[in-house]
Amino acid sequence: MVVAPLDTNREGELRNLLASMNSHPGVVNPQNAIVPFGQFDRLHFARFVILADPTLDDIREYGVPPPTAVASLAFLGDCDGDADDFLPELVRRAGNGLRQIFARCQGFTPNSDLLQWMKDHAQPPAAMYVNWIGRTVQQIDEESALRNALVEYLERHSVALAVQSPRQIWEKLIAFVHEEVEAGRLTLTPPQPTPFGWWLRNLVHCIAVPVILLLLAPILIFYLPIFIFQLRRREKQAPEILPRPDLSHVKQLADLEDHDVTNQFSALGSVKPGHFRRWTVTFLVWILDYGARHIFNRGHLTRVNTIHFARWVFLDDKQRLFFASNYDGSLESYMDDFINKVAWGLNLVFSNGVGYPRTNWLILNGAKDEQKFKRYIRRHELATEVWYNAHPGLTAFEMERNSRIREGVEKTFMNDNEIREWLKLI
Amino acid sequence: MALVDYSDVQGLVRYGYGRMTEACFLLLRIDDPVAARSWLKTAPVTTAVERKPPPETALQVAFTCEGLQALQIPPEVIQQFSPEFMSGMAGEESRSRRLGDVGANAPSRWQWGSAEKIAHVLVLLYAEPGKLETWKQSVKGDSWDHAFTVLDCLEAERLTDTEPFGFKDGISQPTIDWDGKRKPDKSERLEYSNLVTLGEFLLGYPNEYGKYSTRPLVNRGDDRTAGLLLPAEEDPDKRDFGRNGCYLVFRQLAQDVSGFWKFLDGEARGDPHGRTNLAEAMVGRKMNGEALVPLSDSQIEGLDPDAKDNIRLNQFTYESDSDGARCPLGAHIRRANPRNGDLPYGTSGLLSRVIRTLGFGRKGIRDDMVSSTRFHRILRRGRAYGTTPLQERDFQSGQADNRDRGLYFICLNANIGRQFEFVQNAWIMGSKFDGLSEESDPLLGNRLPFPGCPETSTFSIPQPDGVRRRIAGLPQFVTVRGGAYFFLPSIRALWYMATIGD
Repeated sequence: MVVAPLDTNREGELRNLLASMNSHPGVVNPQNAIVPFGQFDRLHFARFVILADPTLDDIREYGVPPPTAVASLAFLGDCDGDADDFLPELVRRAGNGLRQIFARCQGFTPNSDLLQWMKDHAQPPAAMYVNWIGRTVQQIDEESALRNALVEYLERHSVALAVQSPRQIWEKLIAFVHEEVEAGRLTLTPPQPTPFGWWLRNLVHCIAVPVILLLLAPILIFYLPIFIFQLRRREKQAPEILPRPDLSHVKQLADLEDHDVTNQFSALGSVKPGHFRRWTVTFLVWILDYGARHIFNRGHLTRVNTIHFARWVFLDDKQRLFFASNYDGSLESYMDDFINKVAWGLNLVFSNGVGYPRTNWLILNGAKDEQKFKRYIRRHELATEVWYNAHPGLTAFEMERNSRIREGVEKTFMNDNEIREWLKLI
Repeated sequence: MALVDYSDVQGLVRYGYGRMTEACFLLLRIDDPVAARSWLKTAPVTTAVERKPPPETALQVAFTCEGLQALQIPPEVIQQFSPEFMSGMAGEESRSRRLGDVGANAPSRWQWGSAEKIAHVLVLLYAEPGKLETWKQSVKGDSWDHAFTVLDCLEAERLTDTEPFGFKDGISQPTIDWDGKRKPDKSERLEYSNLVTLGEFLLGYPNEYGKYSTRPLVNRGDDRTAGLLLPAEEDPDKRDFGRNGCYLVFRQLAQDVSGFWKFLDGEARGDPHGRTNLAEAMVGRKMNGEALVPLSDSQIEGLDPDAKDNIRLNQFTYESDSDGARCPLGAHIRRANPRNGDLPYGTSGLLSRVIRTLGFGRKGIRDDMVSSTRFHRILRRGRAYGTTPLQERDFQSGQADNRDRGLYFICLNANIGRQFEFVQNAWIMGSKFDGLSEESDPLLGNRLPFPGCPETSTFSIPQPDGVRRRIAGLPQFVTVRGGAYFFLPSIRALWYMATIGD
C-alpha cells in the first residue's frame, strides 16, 4: 500500500482525476487511460482511496487532543508474486497516469523517480488475509473458462448423457477437455512451483512465531492476570462513540456498492490512546497475520468464506488503523456474517479502536450489539474512489469450486462416489 | 402472560384476518393535516385484543415517512426512524439494485410508490363476505374528503388458501413469542426455531440479539402529547413512539400466471405430471403445501404440536438434504427461509462448538454457506389480487388468459434492513445464494445480467447421481408494480399523531 499526504489545495483536482477512471461512480473502466488495471495479468484487486478521517475528533472523549492528520491518498493492490516485481511493471505501463495522480500529493515533482517514490511511501500491512494463497489471476481465469465449457457441454449433450453412468460422463468430460486443450480453446497451465525463497521464509515464519510465543510464555502467563485487570478496568470505562452516521455519508457509500456481486470496504479509525491498547492491538494483529498466513489460507477466515483479500495497516506510528477488504455480497450481509459468525474475532482487533461498542473480556459483546456495530462500521467507512476487480461476478466460493472441478478433470482415478460428488460441482 | 398490552397493538400483527375474506388497501395523500388528524381521532382502528365473537370488519392505518412529514410530526422524531424507512423503498438507486427493482421492476415504471405517486397513508380494510363496501363508507367519516386524496384503491381478491400460480399459500409463518418464553441467548443457537422474539416484529421489545431496534424516542418535556406514549423499556426517561408498532413492507407483485405455466408446459413437453413436478421443484413444496423433504422426527420449537397441519407441513429442515436432491437449493421457500441454526448442522457439545466457531471441521465445500435464519424472519400478511386464480385445466387446454393477477405482498418486521431487505437481497435475488451460480429465485427473479454474470435465468435441480438438471431461459414471472415502506403505529402512537397539533 502506497500512502502519501495530499496537497490539500489540489484535493478537488485529484478527486476529479480519480473519478475520470470510472465509467460511473463505483464502476471502474478497466481500460481507463490513467491506470488501465485490466492490462495487468497478475492483478486481482486494486483501489485508490482518500484517507480523510471524519472521526478524528472522537479521541477527545478520551481526554486526548486529536492528532493533526493531513488527508492522504492510499493506493492498494493485490497481485500474484512479489509486489517488488509488480511495481516496475506498473510504472512501465501506467507511469504517466500515476505521475498525474501523485503530482497531487505532497513532495512529488515532475523529476521524482516514480518507482523509488512509491517504494519510499510504501506502508507494509500489519496483517494480510488472502482467501487462497497461491491461486493466481491466470488460474482463476482458466478454471472459470473450464467450468463454463463443461456446463455448456453438459447442456448441449444433455439428452445423450441422460442414459450414461456418472463414470461414463466423467470420462466423456475428460476427453472433451483434452480436445479443447489440444485445439487451444481451453488452457490449464500447470501450477508454478512455489519459489524456494518464499517457501523458506514462510516456513521460518511458521515455526518462529510459535517458538517466540513459547519462549515468552512464562512472561505472558505471569502477566495475564495483570493484563486482565488492566483490560477490564479499561473496558468498563471506555466511552462508546456511536452516533448514527450521516445519511448523506451513507448514501455516498451505498452509491458505490452492489454494482458487482463483490464489493469493496475501506475504513479508518484511531487506536485508543495509551500503551496498553497500542501493545494489545499490535500483538493481536501479529497473531491475526500468523493465522491468516498459516492457518486460514484455504478458502475461509474462520467461518467467513466471502472475503477475497483483506489487510490491516497501521498509520501514523500506530495511532490509527486502516482496514480494507474485498468481499462477496452486500454490506448488510457482510456485516451480518461478521456479527453472527466472527464477532469474537472482530472484537479482538477492533475493540482497541476509539468508540467501538463495549466489549467484555476482549471477545464478548462488542460487535454482538448489532445496530451499534453497524453504525460504527458505516461511520468509519471511507468512500473508495476507484476500485478494480479482475473477476467481476465471481465469488470466492466459485473460485474454490472451479479449482475442485479442475482437479476432477486432471485426476486419473476417482471412485463412483467421488465422481458423483464431483459432477454435482459443475 | 402476554408481555404486551394487546389493546395498544394494531390487530394485523397478531391476526391475518382469515375470516374477513374481503380486503382493499387505500393509498392516500394528505391534503390537509388538520383534517387528517381529525379523521385519525375518530378512526375505528382494530386492535389485537381477542374478541368473542370475532369482529366482522377491521381497519388498520400505516404511514410512509412522507406521510409523517405531511402530518407535521416533528422532524427530530422522524429522524430517529431507521434509515431504510426514511429513504423509502424507491428512494435510492442502490436500494433498488439490492432489491432487484431494476429493469421491468424499476420504480420509474411503477403504478404507485415512486416520485409523485408516493402515498402518505395506507388504509387497510378487511371485512367478512359482502361487508366490505359498507365498511369502506363507514370508516370515512366527516373529515375524510377534506383530509385525503385517494391515489389508488387496491382491491384484493377474495381470500382463499391458494396464491395465483395455484399453490397452497400462507403455510409457514414465524410464531411470535408474545409471552417472552424465549430468552434471547447469549451464545449461538444450534437448532432452527420457529419461535421468534417479539422484538423482531414489534418495536420496543428485545430482538433476537437481545437489543432494541431503532425507533423514535421522544423527550417527555418536548410536548405534552408525549405523555400519551409509553416509557421506553431501555430508557425510561424517554417516551417510546415506536413501541407496539412496527414496519409494514408493501409490494404489488404482478404474477404472469399463464406465462409461468406455459413455460413449464414447454419444458415438460406437454406432460402434465412433469409440468407439476417442475413447478413444485421451483416452489419447494407440493401444490397442496406438503414439503419436498421428509419431516423431522424431533419437534421444532414454535410449531404448535396440536395443530396437525402445522406439524404436517412445517416440521422439517434441510439438514438431511444438504445437496438439494429432494428440495432444490434454489427453490423459492428454501431461499426465503433456509431453516438453519446459528452454527452448521450437526454441531453439538462444547468442543464441536469451538471447532465450528473457528471455521474448522467443514463437511465439504458447501458447508456453512447460509446465514443464520433467526435474524431474517418476516411475518407475511399479503393478499392476492386479480380475477379468480386459474385452474390447472385452463393451462392444459391453453385457455389461460392474460389478466392482471398477483400478490399484494405485505410483511411486518422491526428492522427493514436486516429482515425484509436482507431476505429479498441476499436470499431471493442473490444469484450466488448457497453456492449457486447464474440463477436467482425461480419465481421472483428479474433474470437481469450483471457484471461478469451474463445469465441469471437458470434453475438447477440437483440430482442424486451427479449432473444437475439445468432449466435455462426462465422468463420473468413476477414484476414489481409498486411498493413502499410504511410504519404501522401503535394505538397510543396514533393518538399522539392525532393530537400533536392541538
